[in-house]
Formats: sequence, structure tokens, C-alpha cells
Amino acid sequence: MLKGFRASKQVQLAVGLLIGLAFGFLLQKGGVTSYDVILGQLLLQDFTVVKVMLSAVIVGMVGVHMLVTLGLAEMHPKAGSLGGTAVGALIFGVGFGLLGYCPGTIAGAVGNGSLDALFGGLTGALIGAGLFASLYPALERKALHRGDFGDVTLPRLLKVRPWLLVAPMAAALGLLLVVVERAGL
Amino acid sequence: MEWLTMKQWSPYVVGAAIGLLNCVAFLLSDRPIGCSAAYARTSGMIERLFRGAKVALKPYYRQFAPVVEWEGMLVLGIILGAFLSAKLSGQFRLALVPHRWAEAFGVAPWGRLMAALAGGIFIGLGARWAGGCTSGHGISGTMQLAVSSWIAAACFFAGGIATAMVIFRALGA
Repeated sequence: MLKGFRASKQVQLAVGLLIGLAFGFLLQKGGVTSYDVILGQLLLQDFTVVKVMLSAVIVGMVGVHMLVTLGLAEMHPKAGSLGGTAVGALIFGVGFGLLGYCPGTIAGAVGNGSLDALFGGLTGALIGAGLFASLYPALERKALHRGDFGDVTLPRLLKVRPWLLVAPMAAALGLLLVVVERAGL
Repeated sequence: MEWLTMKQWSPYVVGAAIGLLNCVAFLLSDRPIGCSAAYARTSGMIERLFRGAKVALKPYYRQFAPVVEWEGMLVLGIILGAFLSAKLSGQFRLALVPHRWAEAFGVAPWGRLMAALAGGIFIGLGARWAGGCTSGHGISGTMQLAVSSWIAAACFFAGGIATAMVIFRALGA
């Protein structure tokens, strides 16, 4: 049943929309569709973004590994390389600091009524993504495969069962949140 | 139903719910939540309006066909969901210059618009270069314990913190 559900294109477009609706609602309620909150994080004054992200990672990490253990889902780790992932992410970071939104929160901020997200962020991100598509053949030859490490995960890298890492990671990230909260950030 | 009209929820509740939502995406759609591929596909769709069908032959668009896909619907949903949340709490407001920016650089719109446009270009380029954004790598990838995503998340924030510090500490009034 799950197979047919996942294979139906129309159904999946509707699922994407519904998950997006919930995601956007949550991002707005979390305050992270606001430039002021995101810049507060990047200036290390307000740790709302870190609190939202780490809570999501803890719950999602336990949940997804549970689904995989139960045979209900498969992992989809992204492949990466130093020339692709690290360089691209640093370029992204510069944009993150300038714009104060990321691709998901651009959309959320547009829903909020933030016109800088609409005319600046959304327009710019479309231009930037198009620019990447144009540069792609050259980048593929010269940068994207430098220092390639594939779609390896930490459990595979360390040759341990996933749960042996999930449990301590969840505990460590939880502890980090306690420290952040205690520090009054 | 007071919680629906609240201005803000605890970040821990919001985060935990986003984590669960990601599990729903894995279960129902066999995929993690991610946003940035939608920007590449949409950009391709816009380019096709001007330059015709040959756009779809570009090597990148052969991998990410310029069509409305799951992630495109997700991004559309985010706009609507955030709008709904903001409307319910009375926070919806058309604004061009955010407070924090106005405090440092004044309320003139052009400076903010140019910074946002430049930032957007870097974000769009960088996200596709890195193969994901703060959602796809930062949340969905790190929770799968993918090495690429932990590296990406560290670099997103390293670049973001450095840039924000330069803008506000070195250039800001």
C-alpha cells in the first residue's frame, strides 16, 4: 500500500504541499522566518535557530532510524566532496549572512509579508540557482569531485551500528541545548 | 485553539515537530525535506519561457528537470503555511526593511534590497553547489548522520557568522 502511495505522482504532489504547509506554519511559529531572529543567531546573540534545528535533528534522527529499523523507510544520505559540499556551503554562508534567510525561510518570510525576501531573496536565489546550472559543466570538471567522499554516514565511517551513534549523539545534542539554555542565550 | 493564534511557540516544540514532519516525509514520500532543488527547477522553468525547450537539455536540468516536483510543492506550501500562521497571530505585515537592518543601516530600502538580492544569488548558487541547504543538509542530512551534511552545516554557519559579523560589526553604524 505504501508503495502505491509513494509511486502516485498526483498524490505525492499533494503530500509535498501538505508537508510544506505544516513546515511553513511551524517555521513561522518558531520565529525563524524573521530576519531579526536569523541575524540574531548569526551574530550569536539569540539562539532560537539553533534550538529549533537541534530539536529537529534529535527527534528526526531517532525517528528516522526507528523507521529504518522497522523496515518502513530507507536512508537518503547525500553524497559530498570538499570541492562541492564545503566550498558550496561556504558560498551559501556568505549569502546567509547577507540575506538573513535560507531557501526554506525565504519562502516562509514571503508568507510573513517580508518584501526583502520576495524581491531580493527569492529573485536572487532563482538567479543563483540558474547561474549554477549554467556553470555546472565546468564546475563538474574542476571542482565538484575534488576530495570526493561519497554518501558515507558516520556509522559507516566508524564501522559501528547506527544506534550505537544515534543514542549518544541525541544525548550530546540534548546536553548542548541545556547548556545554551542555562547560559541564557 | 488559543495555540493557533499565539505569536510564538517554544523553539523546542517547533523543532521537535519539524523532526516528526521529516519522519512523515520519509514514510509517505520516501524522501527527506529539502528546499533548494525547487529553486533550480523553477529557475529552469523561467529560463525556458524565454529561451525555449533547449534549456531542458542543459546537463544540470537533465538531472533536475525544470518541472514542478515534490519540493516545488513543498516550497509553495511553506509560503502558504507561514502566511496562515502569521495571519492567525496578527503578525502578517508587508515590510521591506527589517528592524535589525534599519537600526544599523537606516530605513532606506535600496541598500537592503541590494544586499538581499546579492545574498539570494549566493544562497541559490551555494545551495546547489553544496547539493542542499539548511533544510536538506542542515536538518534532514545531519539527522541521517551523513558526513556531507555535517560538513555542510558547519560551513553554512561558519560563512554566515563571519559575514554577519563583518556586516554588522565592521560596517554597521
